[in-house]
Amino acid sequence: MSRGNGRPSIPVTIDGQEAMAYEGETILDVATRIGVRIPRLCYLEGLSVWGGCRLCLVEVEDDPRYRLSCATPVVAEMAVTTTNWELHNHRRRIVEMLFAEGNHICAVCVSNGDCELQDLAAETDVDHIHYDLQHPDASVDASHPKYVLDRERCVLCTRCVRVCNEIEGAHVWDVGGRGSDSMIVAELSKPWGESPSCTWCGKCVLVCPTGALAFKGRAVGEMRHDPAVIDFLKTARDEGKWYERQEAR
Amino acid sequence: MAEARTAERAAQGEGHPSGDERFALLDKTLRKARYQQDQLIEVLHVAQDLFGHLSEDILIYLARQLKLPPSRVYGVATFYHLFSFTAPGRHSATVCMGTACFVKGAEEIVQQLEAAHDVRSGQTTEDGELTVSTARCVGSCGLAPVVVVDGVVTSHQTAESTLAHVGEVLAKEPTEAST
Repeated sequence: MSRGNGRPSIPVTIDGQEAMAYEGETILDVATRIGVRIPRLCYLEGLSVWGGCRLCLVEVEDDPRYRLSCATPVVAEMAVTTTNWELHNHRRRIVEMLFAEGNHICAVCVSNGDCELQDLAAETDVDHIHYDLQHPDASVDASHPKYVLDRERCVLCTRCVRVCNEIEGAHVWDVGGRGSDSMIVAELSKPWGESPSCTWCGKCVLVCPTGALAFKGRAVGEMRHDPAVIDFLKTARDEGKWYERQEAR
Repeated sequence: MAEARTAERAAQGEGHPSGDERFALLDKTLRKARYQQDQLIEVLHVAQDLFGHLSEDILIYLARQLKLPPSRVYGVATFYHLFSFTAPGRHSATVCMGTACFVKGAEEIVQQLEAAHDVRSGQTTEDGELTVSTARCVGSCGLAPVVVVDGVVTSHQTAESTLAHVGEVLAKEPTEAST
């Protein structure tokens, strides 16, 4: 969240609610600040904006296109609708496609109950999948002593890639391949456990929205992520606010 | 002379330790690109031209030279279909899958080629003899269906004629090598 100094000076309307925004704030920033929830998946406070999941799209008055609220800075007198029947349908379809693209079997997943994909499915009223399930033959990388990567559960949000590069500074991860062959790779597509640059910090595991990255040895439903720690770290570093964190893992 | 220089540079820790002449050419491209990280794709193209494919060794070398994380180099390289990561076979058969060729039975040719040589399109046979691939359109639609064997365009192909021709080319190799 980029909040300038001084007072908020840009008048905007979000879902009929009038608000004053700071220079450089995005629609999502303002909405979050005034308590309007916009569904999102790849976006994570404290990381750079990726704009890949397309879930946070919103309608802007007099704008023929939907806008990504995570990547669109507010301008004066902007009137935003964050949800309506059409947007809701778009979001549901996106979530359905995410499900169809991977092998998301909640009943056997470590992250059951602590999964942003699951939460989004509930939020967007997904009750069944309208698309053919792809049943990808994706691989599991259990070579790391502490963590496991299950690519079948990966939604390619690239949070792990960004957190490793931007916060930890190791850049172990990147996205290899293209299209339906895309996958998260460590180094030159090597086993994670053999990565010379991985610091075992586990931040990629903490920010993973699904069960794709998990602590080793957790059984079904035992995984707990903690993506909010990244915003804490970022604010602490940038603004020197090393206040005790309220929420515990 | 040039070889000696490359070896000398390798000894000094510059360039690639193998002293492979082609790395010197790659270095030249890197210098021309002023080691700019955003020149990665251009440099990858040159590397692919020089070596025929992008081996792990080359990717690591480029990552080091451009001061980029290996995973980034790998991610960029694997995104583009034009880069290949396995050594090409000694011979190649590229079947055009453009509209005209497709209508005239290119798919059948690919299937027969794959079956006959136990290889999947885009890959190389285990003995490294033949690479079978497909192309979008080679621009000779009047000659459809077109198969490019070792860079030579053959026109009006059928599955049988292609198999026969590829068989001939593969069989020719030992005599050429012995002469």
